[in-house]
Amino acid sequence: MILVETLNSVRHQSSSSSQPELPAIEARNLVKTYRGDVRALDRLSFRVEAGAIFGLLGPNGAGKSTTVKILTTLSRPDSGEARVAGLDVLRDAERVRHAIGCIGQKSGVDSEATGRENLTLQGRVYGLRGTELKRRVAELLERFGLDQAADRVTRTYSGGMQRRLDVAMGLVHHPSVLFMDEPTTGLDPEARADMWKEIARLAREEGITILLTTHYLEEADRLAQRLAIVDRGRVVAEGSPEELKSELRGDTIHMELAQAEDASKAHSVLSRLEELRELVIDTRTLYARADRGATTVPIALATLESAGVKVASVTVARPSLDDVYLRYAGRSFREADQGGSR
Amino acid sequence: MRTLAHSFYMTLRHFRNLMRQPLYIAFTLVQPIIWLVLFGQLFKKVVLLPGFGASAYVDFLTPGVVIMTVLFGAGWSGMGIIRDLDLGVMDRFLVSPVSRVALIAGRLIQLALIAVIQSVLIVALGMILGARFPGGARGVGLLILCAVLLAVPIGALSSAMALVARKEETVIAASNFILLPLTFLSSVFMAQNLMPGWIQAVARFNPVEWAVVAGRSALSAHMNWPLVATRIGLLVALTIITAGLATRAFRIYQRSV
Ligand SMILES: Nc1ncnc2c1ncn2[C@@H]1O[C@H](COP(=O)(O)OP(=O)(O)OP(=O)(O)O)[C@@H](O)[C@H]1O
Ligand SMILES: [Mg+2]
Repeated sequence: MILVETLNSVRHQSSSSSQPELPAIEARNLVKTYRGDVRALDRLSFRVEAGAIFGLLGPNGAGKSTTVKILTTLSRPDSGEARVAGLDVLRDAERVRHAIGCIGQKSGVDSEATGRENLTLQGRVYGLRGTELKRRVAELLERFGLDQAADRVTRTYSGGMQRRLDVAMGLVHHPSVLFMDEPTTGLDPEARADMWKEIARLAREEGITILLTTHYLEEADRLAQRLAIVDRGRVVAEGSPEELKSELRGDTIHMELAQAEDASKAHSVLSRLEELRELVIDTRTLYARADRGATTVPIALATLESAGVKVASVTVARPSLDDVYLRYAGRSFREADQGGSR
Repeated sequence: MRTLAHSFYMTLRHFRNLMRQPLYIAFTLVQPIIWLVLFGQLFKKVVLLPGFGASAYVDFLTPGVVIMTVLFGAGWSGMGIIRDLDLGVMDRFLVSPVSRVALIAGRLIQLALIAVIQSVLIVALGMILGARFPGGARGVGLLILCAVLLAVPIGALSSAMALVARKEETVIAASNFILLPLTFLSSVFMAQNLMPGWIQAVARFNPVEWAVVAGRSALSAHMNWPLVATRIGLLVALTIITAGLATRAFRIYQRSV
């Protein structure tokens, strides 16, 4: 499916234009307040090395899209600075726009136009013309498996096809930095797996720096070399998924109580156990960490039973990103994701 | 140069999408047909009123219906912007190096083309219904120019409003609120000197009135050159101002996202 010559030429282009000594993306103390006093970003900072896949992981309303909007020059921060591809997003917006590709959380495909027309217009906007444009469009259509449907109006595309067209449109001008805001939200598992492969391939074979936002822990874990966990407009933890997880020693214990009213009683009796660390309670679920989960669980259960607290279920697991989030944000990711405002 | 090229591509985009739904233009002609036939019959005798000044009502009505049709078409053009906002198409363009002017210009050029097509068809329809225009081809050409010069600023305003309000309901409400009064506070249906004094006074500031008066004069046997020229001048000025406003509206939009 991949044209080897074009890939080589792409690699050549991107290696000659990228500046390895500078981070590809740098956000410093971004603050953004929306009308009605919503503080979407609260001194958010991070940096992304060139050629890496960087994940911004956060629940609904964490500020991921706001960050992407600022970095892609759509929106302006109230304060703070950001550089993309070595260029200031405020002072050099026009040049930033040439250097980046953006796949927004919303599709961005014109549903009344065909796939080919969408891609062609996108290419023209970036200054591609004539046979060069034609070739690039045909190449992308083929690579994203859209050549059969190329001349159909995109209204008739499936969700996965539309998302692939979105990505193709973001790539038409060979950007050096690619922003993808929740690229797999709403896709079925198969389409999601395909998209993951494509994203990994873009970074590996074309040397594109990719900033990806997601609220799928698994996606961040699988794709991102480094990630920043965002909560309420701030970066609460940053590192590789492995680093973040290994900072949490031992096992994670989740205990779901039969009755939410018992939560504070359970918390007080369990906090006296020295085997348990970092005890957090979120409505009726208790989270704790232990060096050896298997031996600690019976002790904890016995303690709860003698206090008259009924337990509905217990799980012991290696730390996941969910636990990392819990540790830094003080609430469970899933709860935050449901409770967050859109 | 870049702005010109981008405007061309954007016009192409809108026109192509329009061509995909040829019924759209047909639909926009249903109402004018009703106006022409119904009002033409209903108010046939109105020309007998002393001082009306036209020999047949359909002669008088046709340019009015041209202007009104174009006005309503233009007034709804903000809906296209809303659609692009909802689809995410607008945001995608705004993070690309596309010229902001082209994003508006493409729409306005398409609107102008639609206005020309509609005007020609309605004039033809009027003639089928018996209208006669002593002003001839030049007169019809000037009427079409007036129609375009009304469509473009109204379309620009509608687009600007869509960018600022970002909500379909607001655009619908505002269009309803503005378009009908603009029509009835003008001589689209009724001769100027038969309108109540206060309406005449208000109509002097109404761009719909500028367009309809100039267009009608151009179609008459003795065109009032100074009148036509000043009204066209006013419409051109309005076009420039509103196009500027619409381009600026992108900044307001981007501040709110
Ligand atoms: N245009 C806007 N006007 C007002 N408030 C906004 C706007 N955009 C975002 N917000 C608010 O800013 C906060 C951060 O929103 P943002 O869209 O950046 O979150 P997110 O992390 O992308 O969430 P999601 O996972 O739901 O996409 C939210 O509280 C949201 O309601
Ligand atoms: Mg978002």
